[in-house]
Amino acid sequence: MLKIKNLHASVEGEKILKGINLEINPGEVHAIMGPNGSGKSTLASVIAGNEDFEVTEGDILFEKANISELSPEERAHKGIFLSFQYPVEIPGVSVTNFIKTSINQVRKSRGQKDMPANEMLKKIREKSALLEMDRKFLSRSLNEGFSGGEKKRNEIFQMAMLEPKLAILDETDSGLDIDALRIVSDGVNRLKTKDNATLVITHYQRLLDYVVPDVVHVLMDGKIVKSGGKELAKELEERGYDWLKEERAEMTS
Amino acid sequence: MELKEKLMSSYLAFEEHVDLENDIHQVRNKAIKFFEQTGFPTKKLEAWKYTSLNSILKEDYSIFPKKEDAIDYKDIKKYLIHDIDTYTIVFVDGIYSSHLSRTTHDKLDACLMSSALDKEKYKPVIDKYFNKIVPEESMSSLNTAFAKEGAYIRIPKNVVAEKPIQVMNFFTSNEAALMIQPRNLIIAEEGAHVQIIERHQSLTENPVLTNSVTEVYVGKNAEVDYYKIQNDKTSSSLIDNTFIKQERDSVCSMHTFSLGGKITRNNLKFYQHGENCNSILKGVTILEGKQHVDHNTLVHHTQPNCESHQDYKGIFSEKSVGVFNGNVLVDRIAQKTNAFQSNNNIIIDDTATCNSKPQLEIFADDVKCSHGCTIGQLDNEALYYMRSRGIPKKEARALLMFAFANNVLDSVKIPEIKKRITKQIALKLGVELGFNL
Repeated sequence: MLKIKNLHASVEGEKILKGINLEINPGEVHAIMGPNGSGKSTLASVIAGNEDFEVTEGDILFEKANISELSPEERAHKGIFLSFQYPVEIPGVSVTNFIKTSINQVRKSRGQKDMPANEMLKKIREKSALLEMDRKFLSRSLNEGFSGGEKKRNEIFQMAMLEPKLAILDETDSGLDIDALRIVSDGVNRLKTKDNATLVITHYQRLLDYVVPDVVHVLMDGKIVKSGGKELAKELEERGYDWLKEERAEMTS
Repeated sequence: MELKEKLMSSYLAFEEHVDLENDIHQVRNKAIKFFEQTGFPTKKLEAWKYTSLNSILKEDYSIFPKKEDAIDYKDIKKYLIHDIDTYTIVFVDGIYSSHLSRTTHDKLDACLMSSALDKEKYKPVIDKYFNKIVPEESMSSLNTAFAKEGAYIRIPKNVVAEKPIQVMNFFTSNEAALMIQPRNLIIAEEGAHVQIIERHQSLTENPVLTNSVTEVYVGKNAEVDYYKIQNDKTSSSLIDNTFIKQERDSVCSMHTFSLGGKITRNNLKFYQHGENCNSILKGVTILEGKQHVDHNTLVHHTQPNCESHQDYKGIFSEKSVGVFNGNVLVDRIAQKTNAFQSNNNIIIDDTATCNSKPQLEIFADDVKCSHGCTIGQLDNEALYYMRSRGIPKKEARALLMFAFANNVLDSVKIPEIKKRITKQIALKLGVELGFNL
C-alpha cells in the first residue's frame, strides 16, 4: 500500500530525514519509535503532504502511484489520514460541520454526490458513540478549549468518519490518561480491516500494548536503524535507545 | 460650488420650509453655525487620521430630493427581513414612503421624526430627548442643522415590542447625486425592550452620501438590541453617527455588519449613566476592492459596576482599507468596571490596509479592562489541518475566514438576521453553505 524509497526531507534547509525505506501492506500495523528529534513527526508530516517540509530525494508511493508532488488534500482524497500530535483549534467551525465538509469534499473529489443528511447523521451518531463522545461535544468549535484527551478522541472520530486506507497516528497517546488511551485504542482497533493499514508513531511503548503492531521500526537521526516484531518495542521500553546508538556507532566505525 | 457652501446656502432655503418659532430651530441654528466654523473633518483631526472624505465631497449632491420615486415592494423585498412580522419605516430618497411602510401607534410609537418634531403632543418628549447626547462635532452638527425626517421610535415603560422595527433608507436614480441626512430618535423607557434593524441601501449606481444621526435612550432596566446592516454599493457612502445613553441596569447591544460601501464611517458612542449597565458592541467587516470602513467607537463608563464588550472582526483584501479606533473611558468613580475590547483582522493580500488603534483612558483604580488587537494572515497550520482532511485550499481558506467572522454572529438574537448575514458572508467569501453553521 505505502512504499517509501530512500526518502530525504528537510525543513528550512535542515536535513531531518536521511534516507527512509519503509513498506506497509494492507492489513498491517506498523509502529515507528525513536527518541525525541529523531524525525518521527517529520515522517508523518511528509507522508501527509505538509508543505513546510521539502522532499529532497526519494519517492513516496501510495497504491503504486507516486504521491510526492501531491497536495495534502489530494493525499486525503486518496485515503491517507494523519491524526495530529497537536490538533489545531479552529474557532467558529463545529466538530460536526467540519467533518461534514471534510467528508463531502472527499466524496466530491471522487465524483460522488454529498452524503445524504440522514446517512451523515446516522454515521456521526454511530462513530461518536464508538469514541464515547458526548453529543454536546459535536456542536463545540473544533478543538477549541478541548482537553488533550478530547482532542485525540476527536482525531480518531474523524478517522472513523473518513475511513482512510492508511491512518498515521502521530503521538496519539501523548497526553492521554489511561481511560482515554483505552477509548482511543479501542477505536483504532475496531476500525482495522484487512484492507487498511495503520502507522503508529510513538515515543512510548504504552500505546502498543493496546494497538499491537506487526512490525516495529526504530527511527534515529533520520534513518530507520532497526526493524523487528512487537517484542522490539518491549526491548526499547526496558533498555532505552542508547544501546542502539552504540550498536550503530560500532557498525559505522 | 463647494459642498460646504452649497449646504450653507441650502440652509437658508431650508428655513423657508420649517417652523421658525419652534424651539428646535434654535438648535438647528446653533448647529449650522458650528458646522460653518469647522467645516468637514479632515485627516488633521486625530479621530479622522485614517479616513479622508475628500473623494466623496466633490460630487454635486442634491440636498433636497424631489418627490418620492415610485418603487415597488418587489424592488426592495430582498433588503428587508420579510419572513417575520416587523414594523417597517421606509424612506425613499429621504422621503417617507407610506405604501412601503408599516408603522404603528399601538402600544408603542414607530413612526416619523417629522411628525414628532411638528406635533404638539410629542413636544414634551422632544424637549426631553432631542439632541441631548449629540456632541458638537462637524458631521453630527451638520445633521442637526437639517434635522427633519427619520424614524421616531418610543417604547413606553415596561412594554416589550413584540416585532422588530426595521428602519430602511433606499436611494433611487431620481437624482444624479444625492445627499441625505436622516435623523432618528429611539427611546426605550424603563423596562422596555426593542429590537431595531437599520439599513441604507442604494438602488442606483449614482453617488449617494448619507450623514445620519441616531440618538438612542435606554431607560432603567430596558433593553435595546440594534443591528446595522451596511452592504451598500461602491457608489454610496455613509457617515453614521449613533449616540446611546444608558440608565442603570440597562443593556444595549449594537451589531454592525459592514460588507460594502465606498466610505463607511461609524461613529458609535455609548454613554453609561447608571450602575450595572451593559454595553455590547460587535462588528464584522469584510471588504474588497476600493472600499473603506472606519469604526470609531467610544464607551464612556461614568458609574460603578458596569460592563462593556467590544468585539470587532475584519477581513480585508484587494486595496480595501479598514480602520478601528476603539475608545474606552473609565471615570474615577466608575470602580468595578469590566471593559473588554478586541479587534482582530485578517489581511488577505498585501494591497489591503488595516489600522487598529485601541485607546483606553482609565481613571479608576479597581477595574478590569482588557484590550487586544491583531492584524494577521490566515493561520497556515489551520489551513494545513483542514487540507489534510481533504478540504481543498480555496475552500479551506474560505471556511477559515468564515469561521473567523462568524464568531461574532453568536450573539445575534434574531435568527432571520443571523441566517441572512451568514449567507451574505458565505457568498462574499465563496463558501458553499453545505454545512449549516
